[in-house]
Amino acid sequence: MLDYEKIGLKMGLEIHQQLNTDEKLFCACECNLTDKEPDFKVLRNLRPTQSELGKVDRAAFEEARRKLNFIYEAYTHETCLVEADEEPPHPMNIEALEISLIMATLLNMHIVDEFHFMRKQVIDGSNTGGFQRTGLVATEGFLETDYGNVVIENLCLEEDAARRVGHGKGKVTFRLDRLGIPLVEITTDPSMKHPEQVKEVAYQIGQILRSTRVKRGLGTIRQDLNISIREGARVEIKGVQDLDLMPKIVENEVKRQINLLKIRDELIKRNASVDDNLYDVADVLRETRSKIISKAQSVHAIKLKGFKSLIGMKIQPGRRFGTELAGYAKKMGVTGLFHTDELPAYGIVEHDVAALNEFIGVQENDAFILMASDKEKVINALQEVQRRAKMALNGVPEETRKVTPDGNTEYLRPLPTASRMYVETDIPAICILKEQLKDIKSNLPELPEEKKERIIKEYNLSEDLATQLVRTDKTANFENIKKETNADSTTLASTLAYTFKELKRDGCNIEKLNDDIMAETFNLLVKGKISKDAINQILEDICKEGNSPQKAAQSLNLMMLSNDDVENIIDELISLNKEIIRERGMGAMGPLMGKAMGKLKGKADGKLVNKLLKDKIQNMISEYN
Amino acid sequence: MSYRGDSKSFLDSAGVSTGDSVKIIKKDISYEGIILDRAEDADDKHLVLKLDNGYNIGLGIHDAEIILLKKGEKPKIELKPLNIEKDSKKIDISIISTGGTVASIIDYKTGAVHPAFTADDLLRANPELLEHANIKGKAVLNILSENMKPEYWIKSARSIADEINDGVYGVVVAHGTDTMHYTSAALSFILDTPLPVVLTGAQRSSDRPSSDAYLNLLNSVTAAKSEIAEVMVCMHGTENDSYCNLLLGTKVRKMHTSRRDTFRSINTSPIARVHKGNIQILDKEITYKKRNDGEVKLRDSLEPNVAFIKSYPGISEELIDYHIDKGYKGIVLEGTGLGHCPEDLIPSLERAYGEKIPVVMTSQCLYGAVNMHVYSTGRRLISAGVISAGDMLPETAFVKLIWALGQTDKLSEVKNIMQRNIAGEIQDKLSLKYFLV
Repeated sequence: MLDYEKIGLKMGLEIHQQLNTDEKLFCACECNLTDKEPDFKVLRNLRPTQSELGKVDRAAFEEARRKLNFIYEAYTHETCLVEADEEPPHPMNIEALEISLIMATLLNMHIVDEFHFMRKQVIDGSNTGGFQRTGLVATEGFLETDYGNVVIENLCLEEDAARRVGHGKGKVTFRLDRLGIPLVEITTDPSMKHPEQVKEVAYQIGQILRSTRVKRGLGTIRQDLNISIREGARVEIKGVQDLDLMPKIVENEVKRQINLLKIRDELIKRNASVDDNLYDVADVLRETRSKIISKAQSVHAIKLKGFKSLIGMKIQPGRRFGTELAGYAKKMGVTGLFHTDELPAYGIVEHDVAALNEFIGVQENDAFILMASDKEKVINALQEVQRRAKMALNGVPEETRKVTPDGNTEYLRPLPTASRMYVETDIPAICILKEQLKDIKSNLPELPEEKKERIIKEYNLSEDLATQLVRTDKTANFENIKKETNADSTTLASTLAYTFKELKRDGCNIEKLNDDIMAETFNLLVKGKISKDAINQILEDICKEGNSPQKAAQSLNLMMLSNDDVENIIDELISLNKEIIRERGMGAMGPLMGKAMGKLKGKADGKLVNKLLKDKIQNMISEYN
Repeated sequence: MSYRGDSKSFLDSAGVSTGDSVKIIKKDISYEGIILDRAEDADDKHLVLKLDNGYNIGLGIHDAEIILLKKGEKPKIELKPLNIEKDSKKIDISIISTGGTVASIIDYKTGAVHPAFTADDLLRANPELLEHANIKGKAVLNILSENMKPEYWIKSARSIADEINDGVYGVVVAHGTDTMHYTSAALSFILDTPLPVVLTGAQRSSDRPSSDAYLNLLNSVTAAKSEIAEVMVCMHGTENDSYCNLLLGTKVRKMHTSRRDTFRSINTSPIARVHKGNIQILDKEITYKKRNDGEVKLRDSLEPNVAFIKSYPGISEELIDYHIDKGYKGIVLEGTGLGHCPEDLIPSLERAYGEKIPVVMTSQCLYGAVNMHVYSTGRRLISAGVISAGDMLPETAFVKLIWALGQTDKLSEVKNIMQRNIAGEIQDKLSLKYFLV
């Protein structure tokens, strides 16, 4: 087990949450995703620009070297010219700013006086404009946790990016449905020291966000993790969906950084360096049996002095230092590389290796990297490997990485710099008024935990039911229906929390069960027209047949009978079973009660049936006596 | 410095100017960053601060204290200097810049996009152009195209003629898109060119990664190297970054406020498609002038005093009378349908004719030709001396009248020029194909 404190582990969180507004941030499209076939496909290319400080962002620059074609899937009605970058943005959606201000207040943050949108250059194609619009709403808040207070550094309002739906040779396909959905980005400071704490903070922030108008469901909240260790570097890990996987991701990343530091120390000891030459080795390998090499347009190699055996060193479960080098190469469009520590293999034989070593001038401790593909790609990719190898001499590079399903991470792009930001000139700044903030402060939504405590107390609910109501976001429905009908709290709560779940599982369309329908149903119960046992069946009928509650109860024959009708049925039952009563006396009560309920279940109150039956049997017995 | 009023005195009193690093202290928070300029139309109660993380925020001054941390320089956008060496194997192309979105960048004075690039800057931002030709950049104007005037058409035309006389192989003109079709028409009449003159621009400003400027410029350079010796517009053919269309300068119009493929040929087809360095002629039947060894001819005398009036239900004859009284030398009417305006206007139009002021009728339908013989109003307009513009676009007819009145002041000669094809602006035959393409 790693001693996180000793190695100086520091972590920060970045949480992205989609808002549930009626319209997108800069156009009138709805904030919904679609699986329909696209009506249009638009082809675009992107080029990096300079920020207002006159610098080109390194992540943008690297992306531009790849010269990708971007295909955008668009729709006749679901998307418009704004997402396609064929029209300037409309004025900002004020509802989205209001929700952000509420969140910032709940997180005890300092809100800026005037809100400015920026363009954050992102030229991986995920934004049609080549930048994501983002603005800083608030800074320096805090969240109380069991591990102490965590500083909430920034809260930004942004537009969500387009959805990446496919990729092919030299092209990436995006769908425009998600582009422009309002998104809030919340970042904590990098002060968290234990993975469990990160998990807890992520959960708590999620709970706070849920008390405001946010989207629910898969992909509507996304977490990124910042990790560094002492002497290591800040690495941003994208796409941590599963909070439970977080401790494992942290562990693997820490191992990677520790091993990269070990590699650095060894490289320094060996006085290692990177030879800047690219060696054309096609002639050297002309006779090779390796198909990959003999088929390729271009075969080049580079020399890494003093790197031998380190490229094959394992730095994470199942990943070697060579995998890191290959990660950079792959960004330039090649499928992979060969390195000294894994050769001979893949059809490259001892003899080939010896010839390469001689041609390049590889000494005892040196390594080479071999690559075969189209010429431009090979050259770009090998230059990237040289760049990455040089970084190894300094330890851990700052990077953006992405989570793999096994809890490892792989290289995505360099960490973006502040140079990627420049001002969005199409949208005027918005002054945030003190009165508006005061208004927000006095109307803050109830946080989930507070809500739970309150309804337990107010309605005498069990901890379990209250938790379920809050988690499934049914508290407001519960309180509405309760007010409308004054139905029994536990019955109502368990119907909302559990019956709904069961109905949904059985394929019912529970959207039909709105508060009005539910109030009507529970009114029948309160007025004694139906029994508690009948509710599930009635609700199912409403979903499936579209009946009103009353009609559903009637058609299922679940309306309660009048007392006279019940008495008549029991009289009939007794006259049919005189023999049993004569033989068993009060002992007939059990079997007869069973028979009575068989006929009357859901239509009469059990207590009433029991009482009538008991009285009548007693009468009969006294008659016999 | 774009700060004014209270915020200016606030900064002045602390000796702070734009570009300085400062600390701003408020009741329970403080911020560090660089002071940036503020849009001129914004209030004087806030400062704009750029934080280390790259975000700009606005901070109110009324409850703030400011401390100067370090004097700084005003941030400037600088492009890497280009060391252009002429390659004798490559063709010489001139890029003349007039301003507009293709040559613009963020302006901190107004916080908006402004034309601020010189032709050289344009080249620095698009160095790949040099792979295709020796490029000579020249800035003639630096205006947004809505501020274009007839006198600037002359200035641009003369510059182009100079370049041609200097021996370049083709000319590209970087222009704002709003009035590009007016300028392309004007250059078509003013210049008789032996080589391609290609106007281009951008619908997305060149300060964004998705700008269409690069593809438009690249394809314009290809077009300028071609054999088509016409004044043309070269812009995106579709919303894709794939090819551009070459559109004849007198039969082209901006048809969409914001799309990349806004420029369309009206009453004709595009001459050619430009794609990855190739020119593909789209309709072999459509004739165009071929590159030749002739001299460039400049006919740059203009009469800008021409009115451009749109007819509409309820229009008053006072509008016509006003322009006659004010001494306008010509009127272009954008009529309805086949070329009509309300009968009430006829006495005023007759008056114009009497005072030797040419009145030219075009159609706000844009597509199709004017024909005033079909209905009685049309026939009365002809009797009132109104000149038919045929299938000319209203904007082209307007520019042509300005040019025609520069060539002659004889009414009959003006009429003759207006109805004679000079630069492809009038055709006798309209194909079924030429509609909404």
